[in-house]
Amino acid sequence: MAYDKFEVLTSTAYPLPIENVDTDQIIPARFLKATERKGFGDNFFRDWRYDSEGNPIADFPLNDAKYAGSKILVGGKNFGSGSSREHAAWSVYDFGLRCVISSFFADIFRNNCLNIGVLPVQVSAEFAQKLFDAIEADPKTEITVDLPNQTVTLVATGESESFQINGYKKENMLNGFDDIDYLQNIKEEIASFGETRPF
Amino acid sequence: MSKTLFDKVWDSHVVRKIEDGPDVFFIDRHFIHEVTSPVAFVGLKSRGIGVMYPEKTFATADHNTPTWNQHLPVADPLSANQLEALANNAAEHGISHWGLGHRNNGIVHIVGPENGITLPGSTIVCGDSHTSTHGAFGAIAFGIGTSEVEMVLSTQCIMQPKPKKMRINVNGKLGFGVTPKDVALYIIAKQTTSGATGYFVEYAGDVFEDMTMEGRMTVCNLSIEMGARGGMIAPDEKTYEYIKGRKHTPKGADWDKAMEYWQTLKTDEGAEFDVEFNYDAADIEPMITYGTNPGMGIGVTQAIPNASDVEGGEATYKKSLGYMKFNEGDDMIGKTVDYVFLGSCTNGRIEDFRAFCSIIEGRQKADNITAWLVPGSHKVVDQIKEEGLDKILEAAGFVLREPGCSACLAMNDDKVPAGKLAVSTSNRNFEGRQGPGSRTLLASPLVAAATAVEGVVTDPRTLINA
Repeated sequence: MAYDKFEVLTSTAYPLPIENVDTDQIIPARFLKATERKGFGDNFFRDWRYDSEGNPIADFPLNDAKYAGSKILVGGKNFGSGSSREHAAWSVYDFGLRCVISSFFADIFRNNCLNIGVLPVQVSAEFAQKLFDAIEADPKTEITVDLPNQTVTLVATGESESFQINGYKKENMLNGFDDIDYLQNIKEEIASFGETRPF
Repeated sequence: MSKTLFDKVWDSHVVRKIEDGPDVFFIDRHFIHEVTSPVAFVGLKSRGIGVMYPEKTFATADHNTPTWNQHLPVADPLSANQLEALANNAAEHGISHWGLGHRNNGIVHIVGPENGITLPGSTIVCGDSHTSTHGAFGAIAFGIGTSEVEMVLSTQCIMQPKPKKMRINVNGKLGFGVTPKDVALYIIAKQTTSGATGYFVEYAGDVFEDMTMEGRMTVCNLSIEMGARGGMIAPDEKTYEYIKGRKHTPKGADWDKAMEYWQTLKTDEGAEFDVEFNYDAADIEPMITYGTNPGMGIGVTQAIPNASDVEGGEATYKKSLGYMKFNEGDDMIGKTVDYVFLGSCTNGRIEDFRAFCSIIEGRQKADNITAWLVPGSHKVVDQIKEEGLDKILEAAGFVLREPGCSACLAMNDDKVPAGKLAVSTSNRNFEGRQGPGSRTLLASPLVAAATAVEGVVTDPRTLINA
């Protein structure tokens, strides 16, 4: 599924300084019953956003009006561990986010994000802490994520760090392409390779 | 040049290398289930493309199926809708489908090996992170997202950068009452829940060589719980013995040819790993988790560590213990338990039911325990009956349910109620994993059985040969 291009994004951010946030928290299994990619944003962090009666938990950052409308989430170390459910990445996107920043990502979640147009930005633990501190001091802190230059910057102070992304994925994100477009174009090569497989 | 087992299998599946990008990686076997595949088929339709090799994809329903009265229509309309979508998508594209009630139906990572679909030296993916299970046969197997399911359906390839290589050696003899599950939980506790992220693991050493195929599957299954993409074990006589003659295993001359290749599948002398760890079998005791990720595990006789003694942030640690309603320094032994779950792709095989029965035979289920015993497949059910284990279970007050993923992820009705404590042989103790508000202790089938008869967390070694 094609997604909007990602170039330069400047936004406030939701802070979530908890480590090892697993994809069961990002979207609990009981919300995986759809057969179409619709409505996952409503259940993004469902059990952390709502109590057992379904009332919003006011001080949870994703419900906090101070951060409303942010397009970036800054998460703790090892964000997105556990289940491979791409629904977790969809719920990030459908909630209105285009970028997750963390000092460490789980593999499959990172891949899933890249495949659907959410940019995972890995920064140093020190820079992640700097972002958390800045957001705590001022919830309206703006962060710029510049994909062409591969930098993430605190707008107010100009403090900046570069991040890694391979050239192929970067090109895809900049153009809104996905891997299937690429694979479709080399199908003949795949077919001749397939003939060499013994089983 | 010397190569690792992982290199040999990976390199032989690279269709094309992209400069400053991933490898185009060919997939031999693709499993799909009802939860992570429907959107991939919607994607195919919207692009107007088909399935390139329908014979290389295998569908089974497991994640979202009832484990009771499977002969009746599925009551939950959303679940029923997913099962119907899987059946329709499989039929439309000519994919083999083992739906609810089919003789071969069961948990994807149990029925794959049972039917000889899982072969050494092959590449296997599924939209499920526990696909790493199949690495027990010397395959490269790992979980993928739904976009990648669509890629495999349409082109039999995904785009993956080659992971780094880790070897974990465990040598020596395992102690009394120590099972493959304990070995895995011990390794994960050492590595933490993220320690192997970015790596593909090879398990080597006496302990894995001595293990049955079921045990190896349990270990490889849990590789993802330390962040690894997958884990694998070099194939040997036990592997060939297990797969020979199964439904999809090569036969006759094809078998001989395959065997020639399979016997080359071992890490060469001098081949290099990015990182290597050595553990001693004698240091491993029956394990149990106390927190909200699988890395938070200790020996069952130990006490919950203090925040100052564990890696990672104190706030995260205290949040986790707060959720579990546990305190630093608590003993695990003696904690009152409400539910026991035996099953899942981690511990839903015949060997796990044998282990469970070895403890409960001649004893009675404790009154405070609700037990869910869920075999991983109909073949496992058949074997349980053949060996008379069903009679032992029945005499001890236990009931067998029907195959499926069940309370491991609680998508169906098998949900542990809020606040209740479960000892579970499954793979994840995340907050709410077994139902909103549920609290999970991961452990082996032996610990689960000992707890089921005593009603509190129990060291199984105190009940063996009692």
